[in-house]
Amino acid sequence: MQTPAPFGYERATSVDGAIATLRRLGPDARVIAGGHSLLPMMKLRLAAPEHLVDINDLHELAYIGEKRGEVAIGALTRHVELLKSDLLAEHFPIFRDAEQVIADPVVRNRGTIGGSLCQADAAEDLSAVCTALKARCVIRGGDGERIVSMEEFHVGPFTTAVGEGELLTEVRIPLRPGAGSAHEKVERRAGDWAIAAASAAVWVDGGKIADAGLALAAVGLTTIHVTRAEELLRGETPSDELFAEAGQIASADCSPTSDGRGPVDYKRHLAGVLTTRALRRAAARALEQEA
Amino acid sequence: MNVSITVNGEQVTREIEPRQLLVHFIRDTPGLTGTHWGCDTSNCGACVVLMDGTPVKSCTILAAMCEGHEISTVESLEVDGKLDPVQLGFHEHHALQCGFCTPGMLMTARALLNESPDPTEEEIRIAISGGICRCTGYKNIVSAVRWAAEYEAAARQEV
Repeated sequence: MQTPAPFGYERATSVDGAIATLRRLGPDARVIAGGHSLLPMMKLRLAAPEHLVDINDLHELAYIGEKRGEVAIGALTRHVELLKSDLLAEHFPIFRDAEQVIADPVVRNRGTIGGSLCQADAAEDLSAVCTALKARCVIRGGDGERIVSMEEFHVGPFTTAVGEGELLTEVRIPLRPGAGSAHEKVERRAGDWAIAAASAAVWVDGGKIADAGLALAAVGLTTIHVTRAEELLRGETPSDELFAEAGQIASADCSPTSDGRGPVDYKRHLAGVLTTRALRRAAARALEQEA
Repeated sequence: MNVSITVNGEQVTREIEPRQLLVHFIRDTPGLTGTHWGCDTSNCGACVVLMDGTPVKSCTILAAMCEGHEISTVESLEVDGKLDPVQLGFHEHHALQCGFCTPGMLMTARALLNESPDPTEEEIRIAISGGICRCTGYKNIVSAVRWAAEYEAAARQEV
């Protein structure tokens, strides 16, 4: 029988209330949203918070909308909503690619984007998706809001920039012209974690790549931001050769470990192949947008 | 803590520890052991129940999180001795052998048909992909859900 260690439970009724509760309870409190990452870890005693602050009633944090040149996603938006969103499918089809292969439909009914990012598990897909899209995270605390990039947000394995008494409230993705994006993942069976996954975004201007975003999941201790490949792509004309070269860089720059999902050389190979495929699809979508 | 949850239309109030999982809250209620407690890691789907109409894995939700919500379990499918079309479909198509995954499969299938009354085989397979069945190879489960969809379509025609 798997049961978490004892803890205190409080249900937040407002964002300010949640933050006040988190400040009052201090470092041993954790926020619970969908709970599909946190509760399994608590059952295994990998996490043992003394207090849980339930934010599932904060419906004001569940939205996907366009504002001021960005798409804003509330932290409590569930995977199923990300999958179904036409706004996201129009601007960032990478979300639909990823959401079809994140866990399973029943789990997607509960899990949230905020929970996924705050879990900061290197094998988790949305962290790679948001890194590739150059998303920014809005963190609210007692002294107001601060906005951080994905690099700043992910401090290390299972560690984020969200501090004591703070709450991730929103993810913002800039809307830029000529965007295309795609996510590629290989898993052992439906609903499993990735063996490797690659998220790619490209922004084209006049047939050339103006900017690119590339990130890998499950092939390192953290989400891998493949900046060297992004530099290679900038200013170039999309081609299979270019994307193959970017794949080689991804293969070299990741740091997978050998486990039940495969040996290191296989995962490196896979990271490269998936990078090339994701870039190819992202570029095709970008060029279609531009046409 | 005191928690009050509507289970199959009846309010169940009980003093529990905050760490109690929904699956145990349900199974500790007299007459409600139909919801199965399987892998305990949100992988197998035997514990699927509906929360406000949406299928969820009750081994990965705290009972405390369900205060004020409506839970429907497999026991809610049969009404006055009449089986739900999904149950009839499982019977017609021999969609179970050992029966362990069945409550989760039935509730997942019921939720699918509520939202999408005429699903394709592919849509059914995706919908039940959060459940693991080691007996049927899934084929008969998919046929059973299709049968239920057609049965319900015919019933709607008759009305």
